[in-house]
Amino acid sequence: MTNPTKASTEGASSFARVQAGMARRRAAERRFKLLGRAAVGIGLLFLAVLLTSIVSRGYTAFWQTEMRLDVVLVADEIDPEGTRLVDTLHKADYSALIKQSLRDMFPEVSSRRDRFALYGLVSNGAAFDLRDRVMADPSLIGTTVSLWVPADDDVDMLMKGHIDREGPEADRRIKDTTLGWIDQLEADGRLALRFNTAFFTKGDSRDPELAGIRGALMGTIFTLVVTLALSFPLGVAAAVYLEEFAPKNRWTDLIEVNINNLAAVPSIVFGLLGLAVFINVFGLPRSAPLLGGLVLTLMTLPTIIIASRAALKSVPPSIRDAALGIGASPMQATLFHVIPLALPGMLTGTIIGMAQALGETAPLLMIGMVAFIADVPQGVFDPATALPVQIYLWADSPERAFVERTSAAIMVLLAFLALMNLVAVLLRKRFERRW
Amino acid sequence: MSTQGQAMAFKLDAEPVDTQKPTVGRDVRETVGEVRVADPRVRCTDVNVHYGDKHAIKNISLDVGKGEVLAMIGPSGCGKSTFLRCLNRMNDTVRECRVTGEILLDGEDINASHIDVVPLRARVAMVFQKPNPFPKSIYENVAFGPRIHGLCNSKSDLDVVVESSLRKANLWDEVKDRLDDVGTGLSGGQQQRLCIARAIAIEPEVILMDEPCSALDPISTAKVEQLIEELRQQFSIVIVTHSMQQAARVSQRTAYFHMGDLIEVSETDRLFIKPRHQLTEDYITGRFG
Repeated sequence: MTNPTKASTEGASSFARVQAGMARRRAAERRFKLLGRAAVGIGLLFLAVLLTSIVSRGYTAFWQTEMRLDVVLVADEIDPEGTRLVDTLHKADYSALIKQSLRDMFPEVSSRRDRFALYGLVSNGAAFDLRDRVMADPSLIGTTVSLWVPADDDVDMLMKGHIDREGPEADRRIKDTTLGWIDQLEADGRLALRFNTAFFTKGDSRDPELAGIRGALMGTIFTLVVTLALSFPLGVAAAVYLEEFAPKNRWTDLIEVNINNLAAVPSIVFGLLGLAVFINVFGLPRSAPLLGGLVLTLMTLPTIIIASRAALKSVPPSIRDAALGIGASPMQATLFHVIPLALPGMLTGTIIGMAQALGETAPLLMIGMVAFIADVPQGVFDPATALPVQIYLWADSPERAFVERTSAAIMVLLAFLALMNLVAVLLRKRFERRW
Repeated sequence: MSTQGQAMAFKLDAEPVDTQKPTVGRDVRETVGEVRVADPRVRCTDVNVHYGDKHAIKNISLDVGKGEVLAMIGPSGCGKSTFLRCLNRMNDTVRECRVTGEILLDGEDINASHIDVVPLRARVAMVFQKPNPFPKSIYENVAFGPRIHGLCNSKSDLDVVVESSLRKANLWDEVKDRLDDVGTGLSGGQQQRLCIARAIAIEPEVILMDEPCSALDPISTAKVEQLIEELRQQFSIVIVTHSMQQAARVSQRTAYFHMGDLIEVSETDRLFIKPRHQLTEDYITGRFG
């Protein structure tokens, strides 16, 4: 290149070579972009398919077929002595009154088997609704009340079109006589799809029309609160110590390797650990959100530590120098300058860990959070289950009506996840600063 | 001083006159010139720095006088920044870095086991090559030092310190109406002056500056240099620079480093006009570096 003429001729020819190669390079560029777009497109497509299938299957669960009954509240049946004591009112046989009102509507039904089928039109929960109504207002006794009670899940499925009316009677869960009654009730305006408040206010039940998500939702919330309260401070403290203060030697290398390995341990192993240590050794109450939270903390800790360390690493060293250079102690430099800058990244790691914990089923199975629990937990010591476990339980149930409830529960789970992510994004936005 | 600096910058361009040829040859590594001053703020004796196997600083003895600006020049990788970082033990934060020798600050060995680096760095503050204000408000940037050292008892005290520091850094007039703005939103030159204000807010005895103007435009550089000249009344300043003109403009004494050795120290005028060591002459006449 010392000879200028040689350089210039070479320059011309290399320019021509560059030109000749441009078409190929542009094509490669286009292919690369196309591949990227295709990847994003396929991802979105699957997401859309997933959401559509869940929503289309599950949205009907938010409505429930209810039946309007005119119940005569016979004073002699409910409270023969007229004391109106809470205990008496509580123990009265309300299902007999419901049955009586059904018989009144269809006086022609006489055979034992037909009556049994007739009583089956309304849910077992109807009697409890009636009881609650009466206990709230005892002055109703002696009058006739008109109330909407949940219909049986088979009626519900028929109304929602999940049971084929035209099929052979022997294969149908609803026989022809029952079908006749249902049609008559519908014509009278006594059957209607109404918003399914029970789904959001009640705990689990063997009867699909009475089963609600609230127990599992509260269980999940309690579990996650415990998880967050333990794993965030622990994880951040561990990450800060390892990244900012710990000497770099063979021991800390070993710890780092082990933390990375822990992040890859199958979650059921953490469940086994929880069973062996927290239940058998420490004697914590099984099925409790506290226990679930502890186990999920073990599971999310490595994720949070790794993400927090990455966030701390990405803080420019000049910030540490700046603080140390004017005499801040290492703790002051870390606390006032490094951690605030690393916080958005730490929060991202935490939310990933929490999302993992939210969707985790396997470790909870090992510690008894898979039990059938009808009561809504009131605290971290009450037996509870979690949303993903509830989904698993419902998906396992034979009743047709649990299919839509399973999908509805998945929708609740996804909504909860979206909410959590939204909070995380808002928090991150608040802490995010340029440097 | 500034007229003198300009005159020297002019002379730098001229060819050295034959009669002023250096007398010490290229292969000599002993320090030439006046390493000691009469009234030292910092006195270094036989300082060595090792990075693992690498011997980065070799047997350096050097004084920093009170109220003087000492410039350190030399080619890249010659150890001048490493040496600077010895003076407030910033090398502690570098793994595998080992410092030996004696560094006395007001007669006290800063490497002694009983010395805590935190108060030491409050006495020997540092300004870095790249402006590195905290991503917080301008006020908070300056207030951080006095606050952590407990120099101010009240908010009004702190306000006074912040204002006087910003005034001393010639930044007050530019930022007085937006003290709550983020420090990183200032221009490069303003950011560097903010960093200097942050350093002087803790009233140190020595300010170390590691190429403070290398990321700045000429106008900002001029402002920082003017500031250095003003600060000299109150603080001792050690400045590492790649610009010989800058060294000539701002410093009273200049030290030339080469491959970990301190080659020559003398009055700035003398070093640039009449270098005694052949390597110094090679460097300042642009033969390498």
